[in-house]
Order: sequence, then structure tokens, then C-alpha cells
Amino acid sequence: MKRVSLIVIAVLIALSSLSLSACGGSTSDDDGFQGEVNVYNWGEYISPGDDGTIDVIKEFQDKYHIKVNYTNFETNEEMYNVLTNSNSTYDVIIPSDYMVARLRNEGMLEKLDFSNIPNYKYIDERFKNMDYDPDNEYSVPYSWGFVAIGYNTDMIKEGSVTGFKDLWDPKYKDDGILMFNNSRDAMAIAMQLCDPPIDPGSKSFTREDIDRATDKLIEEKSVLKKYVMDQVFTEMEGNQSGLCAYYAGDIFTMMDNNEALSYCLPEEGSNLFNDAMCIPSTCKNKENAELFINFMCEPEIAAANAEYITYGTPNTGALEYIDEEMLESELINPPDEYLEKCYTFANLDDDIYSYMQKRFVEACSASAEVSSVEKKAVDPGAVTAVVIILAVIIIATIVIIILDIRKALKNRGRINKI
Amino acid sequence: MKSKRPAIPYLGWMLVFTIVPLVMVVYYAFTDSEGHFSVEPFINASVYSEVFLYSLLIALISTLICLVLAYPLAFSISRCSQRGQSLIIMLLMVPMWMNFILRIYAWVLILQNYGPLDMILNFFGIDVTLIGNSGAVIVGMVYEFLPFMILPLHTVMSKIDSSLIEAAQDLGCSGFYVFRKVILPLSVPGIISGITMVFVPTASTFLVAQYLGGTQFMIGDVIERIFQSDHNTGSAIAVVLMVVILGCLVFMNRFGDKEAVN
Repeated sequence: MKRVSLIVIAVLIALSSLSLSACGGSTSDDDGFQGEVNVYNWGEYISPGDDGTIDVIKEFQDKYHIKVNYTNFETNEEMYNVLTNSNSTYDVIIPSDYMVARLRNEGMLEKLDFSNIPNYKYIDERFKNMDYDPDNEYSVPYSWGFVAIGYNTDMIKEGSVTGFKDLWDPKYKDDGILMFNNSRDAMAIAMQLCDPPIDPGSKSFTREDIDRATDKLIEEKSVLKKYVMDQVFTEMEGNQSGLCAYYAGDIFTMMDNNEALSYCLPEEGSNLFNDAMCIPSTCKNKENAELFINFMCEPEIAAANAEYITYGTPNTGALEYIDEEMLESELINPPDEYLEKCYTFANLDDDIYSYMQKRFVEACSASAEVSSVEKKAVDPGAVTAVVIILAVIIIATIVIIILDIRKALKNRGRINKI
Repeated sequence: MKSKRPAIPYLGWMLVFTIVPLVMVVYYAFTDSEGHFSVEPFINASVYSEVFLYSLLIALISTLICLVLAYPLAFSISRCSQRGQSLIIMLLMVPMWMNFILRIYAWVLILQNYGPLDMILNFFGIDVTLIGNSGAVIVGMVYEFLPFMILPLHTVMSKIDSSLIEAAQDLGCSGFYVFRKVILPLSVPGIISGITMVFVPTASTFLVAQYLGGTQFMIGDVIERIFQSDHNTGSAIAVVLMVVILGCLVFMNRFGDKEAVN
């Protein structure tokens, strides 16, 4: 016993000295940062500093001596989940419009102190008083964009793609059609194609609306290659797939990397989105967060970010620093007539929103062979099969356990006799 | 009693990281979103029966392929010299030091259109799509989990005494009978743990199907996705999966015991 406790004490001492030295090490070699800021942003959504671009995070750290802990998310929903379910705290988040509205409604955002964000003056009036933040209290617009279609001219004749309806066209099946792998964007496109169409910008949907959109998505499965998000870049740039619906700014990037690619502004109109910087109510470094937001609004920084992510910037000061070719592209600055056809997402009720999520997962997992005519939400054959398998397993397990117990009892009886 | 004391930290670990999560999953599976008792999650989960069966089928096929590939390999490794054995085992382990996603991504590059394999096949006039179907998913799974089949098989087989095989041969057994009467019965524990270690992760894995498969999800992907909005249904699917796997394991162990006794 003595020896065991000695070992335990020795281990404890070793551990504590280790952790102490680790702490000592980290305070001495972090270049004297005075505080930190935790930023939670979309992947590939800030200028990273390679190929002669500005390293925004490094610039900020050098200027203010505040350490930036930068983390990525892939969808608004993922960010929302992390924000509500995990204990990690973030100081700056950059969600899209409808998610800003949702977070604001749920009291998860902190009001911003605009006296700490003087660069707010650069923000274009067009992007103030938006639906998601009518009084400009909680958010600072970061970028904006819309959904467009990209296609490979080596496979598909230039100009033959005109709208989202082509994503359902069996003609293009062999070229590889890609669809959004998130419920909101995919459902919106499907809703536009329903007959009669459902307005995806509507503030509320009925369950039937969502069911109809789901049916439309399932109908697409017989021609669809894959549901993708960031994988779209490798698919399109590597000529693996020929046709996709994705964010216009990203299609601009893809076209830069693969000359065979072309784009089309969907004739049906598409989703216009704003991403905005906000501070969640759980933040621990509000002043640093505001400093960071202000820094992101500095014209040169905003220009660097806009050039890197190739989305439109709401920052008027940034325009003069941005590459002209990019500003002239319809994918970055679409014509006003087109913008009139676009819609923005409204915040949805929790109930209907999770119903949408659920139906989308069902569409994703539905088998592609089922034709739209004979489709059923649930395949009774499969359900029965699973139930039978379960029943057999449970019964078999119980029988085996009973047999084992009997055997054990018998053995014990035998031993007792002896 | 004294001898049990060192186990206390492990028991604590088990309690916190195995028992508690398990209880929570079961609790979620049997409650609705308001926390009342309900079987609604299971009714909701029934929508995914088809995906569930598909996943089990893929897992079963992958496990069988792994077994067929690994068995002869494990046997021939176990008959090598000691040094040769450790070298080959290390070579098998090296790919496992790489990140799982990277290895799957490598397969995407190999199988993709205009990729190396596609080019070679095209050269011989064979025009097939290698990626985006169940076949590609199975290839990925087999590659991913083959070492988990080889290692337990090898451990058991290297313990088979060569003199037993020689004795069988001396007593007039043909090659097949040596295998049937000596090697196979003695390697059953390895087969069972190998199957367990491959079948369980393949049935519940996610991402492989998203990268290598087409539009067809596997049950792991569904659980991951459904958890983003609905913990209850997700837990219900997980519970069903656990019951199926547990049942398979109980059955296998039983079968294994008998075989070993005979």
C-alpha cells in the first residue's frame, strides 16, 4: 500500500511540474499578447496571407498584440449547434442573414458598441437596416453574394444552361450534377421549381410546402451525382462534374482555376445572402471582439478579404483597392435587374426549420432508383425487415443468456454436490 | 480486496465515458423533444430503414472481403521468420499512421474520372465509372479496415505450434484436412475478433460514403446529420444499431466458444 501511494505521489509531482513548466513556457514565448479573441468563421472566408495577399490575422495580432484563435465552420447550422451545445466560447461569429435573425431572436447576440467600431461609416447604406437586424444593433455586414450555376463548357455547350431547372435535366446526368449539401439552400432551389412555385424567401412555410420541395429533391436524385459543400471545388476544378449550383463568388474562384468553366445567373432568380459579423452573448472578450470587427472594416483589410473570398463587399472604402476585373464580373456585382429577381431568407420557426432539416436528410438518404411516381416516405418492406432482424436478435440473445444461466446453475449444483 | 484497488481509476473512466453516454443515448431515444417518455423517435427513425439495411449489407460485404483477403495473408505472415513478421506487420501499420480522411481522399484521387485507374482501363478500352457507387464505398472500407482484420488473425495464428501441423501431416492429413482440422479451429478466436473489429466500425462509419459514394448515404452519415437538429431520432437510430451489433457479437461469441471447445 505504501509503495502504491508513493508511486501516486511521484506521478502527481511529475505531472504538476510538467504542467507548470508548460504554463511557464507558454507565457514567455507568446510575444507578449495582451488578451485574445476567438473568431468563428466560414472556411476559406478570410485573407490567409499566401500568394502575396494580406495575412489579416497576423496583421491584427501585430497591430493590437491580441491573439486570434481562429476556427471554421461549414454551415450556419453547424455553427448554431456548436454555439448552443458546446462549452466553447466565441467572441466573433460571422453567420448569414437568417441565422443572425435567429440568434438575435433567441437572445444569443450581444448589442454592439458602435463607438468602438468607427469604421462602420464605410458600410454602404444599402446594407444597413436589413430585415435580420432592422435597427443595426447587433451586426456589421461582412460580405454579400448570391447563388449561381457553374458548368463545364467542355461537357455542356456554352449558353445552353439557363436556370435551376437544368439541374433536373436527365440530359446532363452523365456530366455529373452537384447539389447543395445543406437543407436551406437545396430546399430553396427545389421550392422555386415546384409547380406552382413556392417563394423560398417567405417568412413561414407549411409542412406541405416542405414536403413538396422534398419530393422535388427526391425527383432530382435519379440524375444527381452528389450533394456537396466544399467538395464542389475539387469536383468542378478537376473536371469531375459538369454542372453545379453554388455561391457565385466561389464559382468566380473556380473559373479562375479552370478555364473550361462558365457560369449562368439562374433565370428563376436566386438566393441573395449577407454574412455579418456578430458577437455572441457568451463572449468573454467583447472589447477585443469589437476591435477585431473594426479592423475587418478597414478599407484595405476589407478589400483583401473581398479579393480573397471573391464575394461582394458592403464596404465602400474597399472598392478602390479591389481588382477591377473582379468588380466588373456579374458574379460579384450582378446587374440590378437580376437582383430584383432574388430573394433573401427569412428566419423560420424552430419547428418548421427542424422539419426542413429532417426532410432534407430523408431526401439525402432516399434511394435514387425510386421514381417520383411510386415514391413513398417509408418503404414498408425495409421497416419490416429491420423489425424482424431486431426481434430475432433480441430473442436469440435472451435464449442464449438463459441457456448460459442454466448451465452455470447446473455447474454450481455439481460443485455443491462434490 | 487489495488487488482490485488499481482498477478504480479505470472503473471511474468507464463510468464517465462509457456508461453515462450510453445511458444518455438510451434516454434520448425514448423521450420526445420535451423530455416525456415516447417511442416517437423510433417511429421517426423508421424512415431510415432502407439506409440501415444498405449499411449493414455494405458492412457485411466489406467484412467478408476483409476476411477472405486477410486470412491467407495472416497465415503466411505467421509462418515467416520472427524478423520478417515484425517487418511485414509494421508495413501494414504504416498507412494507419496517416489521417483517416487523407487515406479516403487518396482513394478519391485514384478512382476519379481521368484518374490513374480510369486512364489505364480506358487504354484497354474499358469505360466504367469507378467512383460514386457502392463498389467504391466497399473498396474504401476494405482498405480502411483490413489491418484490423489481419492483426488479430496474425496474433492467433502465430501462436499455432508448427509441430501440430507437422503431426497432422505425419498422420496422413492432406493439405485441406490440415487446414480444416488444425488451422481453422485454432484460429477461430482470431476470426471472431477480426470480424468484430471490422464489422462494427464499417456499419457505423461516416464520411467514406460521402466521399466515395454517390447520393446514397450510410447510416453513420444519417446519424451525424440528424443530430444537428434532432437528438432524439438520432439516438433512436444509434440504439437500434447498437442492439443489432450487440446481438451479432453475442451470437458470434457463442458460436466461437463452441467451435473452440470442439
